[in-house]
Amino acid sequence: MKVTEPRSRSSATIPETFPPPSISIWQHRHILDLDNFTQEEIELVFQIADAMTEVLTREVKQVPTLRGKTVVTLFYEPSTRTRASFELAAKNLSAGTVSLDASRSSIAKGESLIDSLRTIQALGADVIVIRHSQSGAPYLATQYVNTSVINAGDGWHAHPTQALLDLYTIQRHVGKLADLKITIVGDIMHSRVARSNIWGMTTMGARVVLCAPPTLLPRGLADFITHCQLPNVSIESRIESALEGADIVMPLRLQVERQQSGLLPSLREYIQLYQLTEERLHLAKPCALVMHPGPMNEGIEISPEVAHGAQSVIEEQVTNGVAIRMALLYLIAGGKNK
Amino acid sequence: MPPSLLISGGHLLDPGQGIDKIGDLLITEGKIAWAGDKGPASLQPDLSIIDAAGLIVCPGFIDLHCHLREPGFEDKETIATGSRAAARGGFTTICCMPNTNPPLDTQASIDYVKRTAEAQGVVRVLPIGCITRGRQGKELTEMSELADMGAIGFSDDGDPVASSQIMSLAMDYSRDLGLPIIDHCEDKELSNGGLMNDGWVSTRLGLKGIPAAAEEITVARDLALAQLTGASLHIAHVSTEGSVELIRRAKEKGIAVTAEATPHHLTLTEERVMGWQSEKNNRLTYDTNAKVNPPLRTRRDIAALIEGLNDGVINVIATDHAPHTLVDKMCEFGLAAFGISGFETALGCLMALVHNGELDLTTLISKLTLEPAKIIGTKYGELGTLKPGCQADITLFDPNKEWIVSSQDFASKGKNTPFDGYQFKGKVMATVVAGEVVYQGNSVSIEKK
Amino acid sequence: MPEKTLMSPEDIERAVVRIAHEIVERNKGAKDIVLVGIQTRGVPLARRLAATIQGLEKITIPVGSLDISLYRDDLSSLDLKPVVHRTDVPTDITGKQIVLVDDVFYTGRSIRAAMDAITDLGRPESIQLAVLTDRGHRELPIRADYVGRNIPTASQEEIKVYIKEIDGEDKVTIFTPDKGVTDESN
Repeated sequence: MKVTEPRSRSSATIPETFPPPSISIWQHRHILDLDNFTQEEIELVFQIADAMTEVLTREVKQVPTLRGKTVVTLFYEPSTRTRASFELAAKNLSAGTVSLDASRSSIAKGESLIDSLRTIQALGADVIVIRHSQSGAPYLATQYVNTSVINAGDGWHAHPTQALLDLYTIQRHVGKLADLKITIVGDIMHSRVARSNIWGMTTMGARVVLCAPPTLLPRGLADFITHCQLPNVSIESRIESALEGADIVMPLRLQVERQQSGLLPSLREYIQLYQLTEERLHLAKPCALVMHPGPMNEGIEISPEVAHGAQSVIEEQVTNGVAIRMALLYLIAGGKNK
Repeated sequence: MPPSLLISGGHLLDPGQGIDKIGDLLITEGKIAWAGDKGPASLQPDLSIIDAAGLIVCPGFIDLHCHLREPGFEDKETIATGSRAAARGGFTTICCMPNTNPPLDTQASIDYVKRTAEAQGVVRVLPIGCITRGRQGKELTEMSELADMGAIGFSDDGDPVASSQIMSLAMDYSRDLGLPIIDHCEDKELSNGGLMNDGWVSTRLGLKGIPAAAEEITVARDLALAQLTGASLHIAHVSTEGSVELIRRAKEKGIAVTAEATPHHLTLTEERVMGWQSEKNNRLTYDTNAKVNPPLRTRRDIAALIEGLNDGVINVIATDHAPHTLVDKMCEFGLAAFGISGFETALGCLMALVHNGELDLTTLISKLTLEPAKIIGTKYGELGTLKPGCQADITLFDPNKEWIVSSQDFASKGKNTPFDGYQFKGKVMATVVAGEVVYQGNSVSIEKK
Repeated sequence: MPEKTLMSPEDIERAVVRIAHEIVERNKGAKDIVLVGIQTRGVPLARRLAATIQGLEKITIPVGSLDISLYRDDLSSLDLKPVVHRTDVPTDITGKQIVLVDDVFYTGRSIRAAMDAITDLGRPESIQLAVLTDRGHRELPIRADYVGRNIPTASQEEIKVYIKEIDGEDKVTIFTPDKGVTDESN
């Protein structure tokens, strides 16, 4: 293709075709939780994640969309997969990445969260991805810095990107989310994954069944379901009825510390009553998917056979996680700052 | 000696004497000379006159429960700044809790507070002594000595007395002194690390909850011990329906218990932690200004507390004024300090209950004046009254004045209030302590005759 | 100014046929040609070209679709962003003659973005450009190899292309939008 002299041009930069179809439904500057996402917004994320999945199949898994932008990950809790997933997502979009491990930086010396955030903003971050052990920390961040904030998990409260990739994984396999029976088993009380999934799954029309030992269910859970008008969420104490006819089964990681802090009499009894074994999995539909937010405690909440069995889509969740996070970074930070 | 002061044409309201009419109040030599019909008092020579038309004129408010932070935490508040804040809130007598550093568990520390209050305070500051040494819950303080030095009661507030054995000894020991044991009722093993009320909001926000039972267990224990020992028990900051019910039944049995509730527990629910609006699509905040112990509870609890005010189960309203620095509150919810800076919003907040018809004005004033005075006793003279001959501690307020709360304008160092930006109807206009005007709002003028 | 039709369905059909002939002529046959339509309306145009070329040369030409949103240089982080569709080029493009297909050729920035996207997918032997309409006002030194119709425009005017597979009819119109109103019919 030969190049020729440019012709006389107008002074304005006008897009080539009509103004591109804009996403008038997207309302978010930050991704803090799924409690205020509409169904349309979630489907939009899926659609863009589809496009990102194609990029991930290329030999050169990179597009220039976030070129010149800086994504800083600020993790106060250890994490392999989530942090790596965000960093890869950012790099695939040609963003610069900086990762701060709070256990080693000045944060450990007692620098306050707000001071750390202000410093990171002053250094030129465009997006801050934060994981923190205190519920509400990302909300505090949005009050004190101007950069966009993505919540990579705050205390017991929310993990929106995990929920989105869980929903996306289900959508890609089953083709829909509406009317599915999704059973979540495990430490609901301390689970940010469960909470965000409750919001996301009910928005998409699924039914959610929560099953846990009584000491790992929040006392206010029934009131919460009523107050927040979530008729599609129910609580089952017996794992057999919880799993019966389920389309999706999601066991949650059980921290061994829960037994140490007296919430459970023993891990042995938990395994007896709640472990997702092949036998228990038969109670669900034959085509039911087995999911897990990771990392797994194989032999505790899930048997190794199920974890690596034919119905498990756990590894796909991880792959989808990169595509979802690329989609979110595109929506939050794609484009030039004018 | 302050000059003679005439408060003219106000609505005199003294629940103790049953005075409820427009009239004049004359103060001479720091004492009340006359409180009654208009006219006669204005014949006095050399008068300063406050025009109180449209204002309620009542005995100065008495706060049985506040934290002045001095000695030891002067960055949060000092006796000087705390007392100025109290004056702005219409409080003429305040009882300060002993969780200072060092705590008020010796004569010397109580003496320090008294002398500092005398030198730098603008309102009456009455100290409360610790129940146990260092508030550790293990050994009793020298209660008799503390009483001699001026303590009006004993408390380990901030913490409960965990051991029932120690509590029963404390009650036995204090009984003969005729002074109340004031308990902060909380079973710490149950509340263990909790940050707000245990309920649907704490579930939504992923925060560890403090169940109502944590308060009720200790209330029940204290009531049983009060019955056993015959001591005077005062339950601090009651916050749950269950506690109200326990106290009601105890009073029916004749147990000598009194109880207090705070303005914030009477008006705010746990939802306030989520911010002003907690609809699904509004952005959440984790508002540390709503983090307080005991926590804000539910509408049912508020209804029970108001019923308790009306039928006498809750004797007094006390602010539990708990100032903190910005740094203490401007952080993650789990790490923020508990407490609300309450002096300067108390009346405005409580007047909402009066304007809603849930509480009548006389009852409210009684809970802020007459009733707390009964619990303090006459060690410091007769308080909470407009009786001639008594100390001239007077509060003037406009029950209908609309104003917007601005924490930046607080005299308190503590700007930590969940009411910032709220519109209140009812504002303190002037505060008089021993005949001296210690607070005067902008629209109040004092003329010399 | 009301919308004025510049090309009728027949005009569009003739342009597509002529371009198909030109592609075959320039490339001396249809071997190794891959047609890549630029989202959105470039894609059905590319398919029509492929069908026409198939009729001429009796061979099947692979057709791909390219979404350039991730390569644009005119997105603003503050404005609403375009929907990103999947890029789907069903064959290895290395060593092939790629013909990019678009409906309106204007500043050239979309084509620059498309070329960046193509080179991320592989290393073609050549990249050519076929456009249904060329309205002028280039801002980059890029030119089209095949043009359906030249339509000189003033900068405040807009060309609107309707493609039957997407819009239900075939036509090309010109109009002047009111100030402050942007068309989102792509």
